[in-house]
This record gives sequence, C-alpha cells and structure tokens, in this order.
Amino acid sequence: MTTPMDTGAEAATRARLTGPRTASRRAVTDRLMRLLALVATLLCVLPLGAVLVFVTINGIGALNIDLLTKAPRALGNGGGALNAIAGTLQMVPLAALIAVPVGVAGGIYVSEFAGARAGRVVRFAADVLVGVPSILIGLFVFTFLVLPFKQFNAFAGSVSLALIMVPVILRTTEEMLGLVPRSLREGALALGIPVWRTVLSVVIPSGLGGILTGVMLALARAMGETAPLLFTALGSRLVNVGDFGRPMDALPLFIYMNARQPYEAQNQQAWGAAFLLMLMVLIINVAVRARTWGRQIGG
Amino acid sequence: MAIKTPVSLNGALNVPEPAAAADRSAPTRPEAFDAVAAMPEQPAPSPKLQIRGLNVFYGTFRAVRDVDLAIPGRSVTAIIGPSGCGKSTFLRTLNRMHELIPGTRVGGSVRLDGADVYAADVDPVELRRLVGMVFQRPNPFPTMSIYDNVVAGVRLTGRRAKSELDGIVESSLRRAALWNEVKDKLKENGTSLSGGQQQRLCIARALAVDPEVILMDEPASALDPIATLRIEELIAELRETYTIVIVTHNMQQAARVSDQTAFFTMGDDRAGYLVEFGPTSRIFTNPQHQLTEDYVSGRFG
Amino acid sequence: MTAFSPSRLARRRSGSRLPDRLFRGSSRALAWALVVSLIGLGAMLLVNGWGAFATFGPGFVIGTDWDPVKNIYGALPFIVGTLLSSAIALVIAAPIGLLTAIFLAELAPRRIAIPLTFTIELLAAIPSVVFGLWGVFVLSPFLQSTIEAWAVDTLGWIPIFAGPPFGVGLFAAGVILSIMILPTIVSIAREVIGSIPNSQREAMYALGATRWEVVTRAVLPAARSGIAGAIILGFGRALGETMAVTMVIGNAQRIPQSLFDQAQTIASQIATTFNEAQVGIQTSSLIALGLVLLVITLGLNVAARVLVGRTATGAGGR
Repeated sequence: MTTPMDTGAEAATRARLTGPRTASRRAVTDRLMRLLALVATLLCVLPLGAVLVFVTINGIGALNIDLLTKAPRALGNGGGALNAIAGTLQMVPLAALIAVPVGVAGGIYVSEFAGARAGRVVRFAADVLVGVPSILIGLFVFTFLVLPFKQFNAFAGSVSLALIMVPVILRTTEEMLGLVPRSLREGALALGIPVWRTVLSVVIPSGLGGILTGVMLALARAMGETAPLLFTALGSRLVNVGDFGRPMDALPLFIYMNARQPYEAQNQQAWGAAFLLMLMVLIINVAVRARTWGRQIGG
Repeated sequence: MAIKTPVSLNGALNVPEPAAAADRSAPTRPEAFDAVAAMPEQPAPSPKLQIRGLNVFYGTFRAVRDVDLAIPGRSVTAIIGPSGCGKSTFLRTLNRMHELIPGTRVGGSVRLDGADVYAADVDPVELRRLVGMVFQRPNPFPTMSIYDNVVAGVRLTGRRAKSELDGIVESSLRRAALWNEVKDKLKENGTSLSGGQQQRLCIARALAVDPEVILMDEPASALDPIATLRIEELIAELRETYTIVIVTHNMQQAARVSDQTAFFTMGDDRAGYLVEFGPTSRIFTNPQHQLTEDYVSGRFG
Repeated sequence: MTAFSPSRLARRRSGSRLPDRLFRGSSRALAWALVVSLIGLGAMLLVNGWGAFATFGPGFVIGTDWDPVKNIYGALPFIVGTLLSSAIALVIAAPIGLLTAIFLAELAPRRIAIPLTFTIELLAAIPSVVFGLWGVFVLSPFLQSTIEAWAVDTLGWIPIFAGPPFGVGLFAAGVILSIMILPTIVSIAREVIGSIPNSQREAMYALGATRWEVVTRAVLPAARSGIAGAIILGFGRALGETMAVTMVIGNAQRIPQSLFDQAQTIASQIATTFNEAQVGIQTSSLIALGLVLLVITLGLNVAARVLVGRTATGAGGR
C-alpha cells in the first residue's frame, strides 16, 4: 500500500471499520455475557427482595396491638411478643453499654498508643473474632457465665452480644482515629494539654461521626443475633424487666421458637416479630449508611 | 541516532524576536481557522486522518472546540500545548477511547483514509485495531508474561498457531527495539522490566495487532532521560511504517521527533482549540501566531 | 508547634503524668481483653472438648454414629452436612455474585449501580433468623413443589437426585445460604474489581477488545486473588451460619443420601441439642464439634484476608 489514498483505500478502511465477519462472534459473546451479568444481578436482588416483601406482607398481617402489649399465653391462641420486645430493648442496650467503652478504648489504644506489633495483634484478633461463628460465642459465654451459676441469665446474653459488637466498634474507632490529622494532636499537645484530654476532647470528637456509625451498625447486628442467646439468655415466656440474673426473651429467639411450632397462630406471631425486628435493623442501617453513602457520592 | 533533527530546542528558544513576530501574526481573531488557512505548504490531498469541525464535550462542558486538522500518513505529528488544553482528549477522539468516560460527546468528523470513524455502523472495537494507542504510564498486564503481553491483542481475534504467535512476538519486539533485551526471558512477568522497557513492551503490544496509526499520549513523561531517548529513537524508526500522533508537553521532544506540530491552547471558556499547525521546523522557528510564539519561546505554559 | 522535633513530641506523649498513665493503661487493658477473650474462647473449646477427642480419638471426626443413648459420638454426619450445604451455597452464589459484582463495577451506569449496591449491602444486615423464617415458610415449599419435584421426576434415577423431595433439607439449606452470602461476595468482589487501575482497562480497549474481553482478560486476572478471597470469605460465612440453616435443613443426624435429603450441620447440631445435652461426654462432644467448626472457619478467614489484602496492595502499587 502506497501513500496516496484513493477510493480503494477508503473502501477497504470502511470495510474494516464496520466490522468484518470474524468479529461477529466476539460481538455476540460480548452482548450475551453482558446480558448474563444483568440477569445474575437480578437473580441476586430477587430473593433478597422477596425476603423483604414476604416479611413485610406477612408481618403487617400479623401485627396487632396484642403483639406489642401482651406476653404470650401459656395455652391456646392470642397473646403477644411483649416479653421479646422488652428483652431486646434491655439486653441490647446493656450489651452496648459493655461493648462501647471496651471497643472505643481498644480502638484508641491501637490508634494512639500501640506499637506496630501490638497494634497488628489486636487488629488481627478483632478481625478473627468477627469471623468466629456466633454460636461459638454463645458456647464460650455459657461456660463461664451460665454454668458456674447453674442459671441461664440475661446478663450472659448481653455479654455474648457485646462480644459480637466489640470487634466491630474497635476496628471502626481505630480506622476513624487514623484519619484524624496528626497536626491536630500535635497542636493540642504543644499547648501542654495532657494526652488523655487531647484524645478525649480533640481526637475523639473529630472522629465521632465515624465511630457512631460503627456503633450503630454493631448495635443493629447484635439486635438480630439469635445463636449466642440460645445458651445464655435462653428465652422466656415471661416479661422480664430488669432481672438480668434470670432468663429473658429477645425478638430473634421469639421468632425462632415460634417458627418451629406446628401451630398457625404461633407462626403468625413469628412473622409479626420478624417484621418488627427487620424494621428496626433496616431503619438503623438506612439511617447510618445513607449518611456515609451521601458523603461518598458527594466527594 | 537516526533522527534528522529539524531544529534544536536552543534554536527554537532563541529565534523568535518579539518585534519580528508582531508583523507575522496579527491576532485579530485567535481562532483555529487562521491556522488552517495558513497551511498551503501541506502536501495536498488524502491525509491519513482528516479532522473537521471537531468538538468534544464532557456533559455540558466543552473540552475541545472546532478543530480542523489534516494528518499526513507515515509521519510523526506532535501535539503540544499547555496542560489542560484538551490535547489528550483530542488524541483520544481519534480512536474513540474518550467514549470510555460516560457523558462525553463528540461533534464534527474524523476520517481515516476518508472513512468516517464516527459513522453509525463503525465498530469502535475495529477502529482501535487500526488506530492503536500507547499511554502516559507503561501499563503492561501484570498477570501476563512478556510473551503473553505482546500477543494479548492478537489473541482477542481467535486462536493462532504457536509458530505464528512466536513470529508475531519476535517481529513486534524487534520493531519495538526490545527483542535483544528480553528474548531470553519471554516467560517472565512483564512488570519485571524497567520502566522504559515496559513502555517499549507496550509499544510492541500495540504493534502486534498491526495498526496503521499509533496514538501516543505523553509516552515518555514517566521515564528517565535515557529511556526517553530510546523511545524517541524508536519513534523515528516507526515513522517509516506507521502514522504516529504524539501528545507531549516536552517541546524539545516535539522538535526532535515530529515532522509536523499542532499547537493547542485553552480559550477563555477553558475549551482547548487548535492555534496553529504546520511543519515542525516552521512552528518552532517561524510561528505564525503570537500565542504559538509565546509558548515555544517558553513565555507561558 | 512546627519547632517540635518528633522525638520531643514522642517524649511528651509518653509523659509520665498519672492521669495519662492511667488512661493509657486502661485502654491497653481493654484492647488486650479482646485478645484474651479470643484466646479464652479457643482454650475453652479445647479444654472442654478434649474429653471427646480423648475418648473417641480420630473416631470422633470419622465416626458416623451420634447416639446419646449409647454415648457414642461421631461427628462425620455434621462435618459432611456443613461442607455440603456450604458447597451448594458456593456453587450457586460464586458465579452469580461474581457476575453481579462485574455488572455493578464495570457495566452498569452509575445511577443504576449506586442504588443497587446500596440495596445489596443493606440486605446483608437482615438477621439470619428472618431468613430462616422465610426459608421455612416460603422458600422450602417453593423448592419442594418446583425444582425438587421436577428433579426427582426427571433425574431421580441419578442417586443424588433421588427423592423424596422434603422441601426442608440439604438443598434448601444450600439455597438459603447462597442468598445470605451473596451480599458478602458481591460487595468484596465489587470493591476489589473497582480497585483495579483504569490503565489496565484502557490498555485492553486500545488493543481492540470488547467490553467483555476487557473484563475477562484485563480486569479479572488482575483481581483474581481478591475475588478468590471474597468467595472464600463467603464460604466461611456459610460454614458458620447457624439459625437459618437450623431452621431449613431438617435436623436429621445422618449423612445425607441425596441432594434433597434432610441433614444437620455442626452449628445446627449444637444449636438444637446443646441445651438438652447431658453434662459430661455429650456436652464435651458438642463443644469438640464447635472446635472443629472454629478451626475450619478461622483457617478460611485468615486465608481469605491474605488474598484480599494481596490484591489491594498489588493494585495500589501500580
């Protein structure tokens, strides 16, 4: 081919540009696989959406004032989930009360004080603990908070949930404090402010939003956990207010127990409780994540 | 060194006297049309790439405005200009790589051998096999060997015999002046090479699919001076066979490697436009336009 | 402030004032409390489960009978049930999850990808027991009357598809697990794919590759170890998942004979029998089961983290 372009060159180039026959197989593969990816995405969202829809429809159908205000009846139909609602509203806050100081302090240690090796060890332990099946955490707490007292108790339940929350809170705290600029710390220290006050009144407040996010997500996760409560709080038909030395119910336990009953009425209550639980968990998640997502998209 | 250097940078920097420049260019209308009008010295018709009225938009922002340019075949065309003047964007419209960024839009036409590359029935995938590209930073595929990197593009179009692939690897690496350095370690990872070798590997990879035009987007900007020199020598050799369009911020490089030079700058609306286009020797020694002169003499940019 | 040299700062920060020492000491103690808990957990399982290993030796892991009446405990049915249900989950979730991650990271326009990603990550927060409830009353009957009935009718002559289709069983457990681990796989794989530098995509496009070829030849190879990590992490989650599986697997203490047979996993066996177990060799055996589960999940988790970390650093350096 020589330099001068004639109509022959133009026709040849045009033919190549508009895609020779050999390319059609590749073009078809391309389109087919992209379609397949779309189908897979739908397959992924579909069952998850189905869970949402079924729980909402069946749950709203099962909702009534008794479910929210009455304890289950020992015999026959009727009654409600007040024991479970009250239990969740006590055990989860107590768990948070234990987990937040431990998690935040641990995060402060890793971010502010720990040497490279100690930091790695704590971080690794936290990551491992997140991956431990939650039922094993229940077994663990059972052996030292239930067995010695020969009594299932709500405190043990809260400790189990706290063990699930701590590593999440520790890691978020540590990551958030890592983002706080060094100059901020140095500035405060240079003014002669002691380390503990620098951390509490300068460093923590600048990472507070992120830490709160971590705490809320951990809280939502703990709220939905069933397995660690099976051998600790056990569950109870009675409305237990304030007696952490005795068994206590929780929404997940209530759902589990009632779903296993062969009776329609109990199953209905399980749906109602599942709807309540899902609503609480999702509201926390949406509220917290929407904030962080908004920032990500904006930035 | 096989480069017939049209003009040295020193010359380019020294020659233009402001007074002499004043009568050459009366910038009444600092638009691209002047430059096109002032191009009768082009060896007339059938350019390899003919760009007419090209505009590029990112959403509502106009990044490139009204470019008319005729790029002759088997030569090196340099595109110079201050950063942000749309020269990389312009380069990418020549093989439609800009389409990878969502929200980009192109108006006007680009013709390759007279065929409109923006025609509705043109497959950009095919276009890019005719118009290859080399990027600012060497980007060999990190999970592939040197051998596999070179034939990565060839393998897209189906299985080939081992002997044929071997031949393509050797000839591509030879043309990219890399064969002697890597012939004993073709199975090694492409990222094990030095930066300059990686960039020549990327050039070999582009050559392997047998393109007619090669676009180079500041191909030496991430390299050390010696590696840069080797890339420049390589470009000089490749001009015998290929049409090369190279974007560079390095005026000395443009002066040394190119046959003609296009100078882009940024307008008040931040849209890049073509100020002047002509033989490299003329652009650097005797620019027609005040803006060009200011730029090549280092007064701004 | 800028006059401060790092060493002076360090000396200052390691100040010897009492409140500072208390603060630092207590934060260190609480951080290490977490490490101690983890070690304690492992030690507890080892000590309390030791009785089972001492009594049955390797028979504990390879024995097929779990009989509280005769006090013989062999864990193989639960180990098999755990591995099989998770394997089914992986076979379903890995390809779907990977394709979804590709769609979200590479193919979908942002205005579709962002809300979808948000939704999928949100659904990861739905409690396991809620999935279980749905699995019992919606998914299992659905599978029983559709896929299982069809498979038993047409493929029943192949042993693994032999009936009867219980609905509740190994297959249902695998399906519900696959749904639960999809968000894990998708969100990690999506992040790994998103971390691959654009220069890799451009290089492949410039050679005349189609979009799909760019994905398979440039993006996926570069992201492969991170994707493997995402899948292993999903597998680990499936192995340790308790409630949903307990509710839909059928709780049969035997090695499943077909895909639709009822079975039991390690976690579901502990969940359903621990509270009624006789203290002694039976509880010890259940705790030993827990130890087996811990070893498997921890091993996988560590491996997955190493793989995901490798992609992150490998891609970042380039």
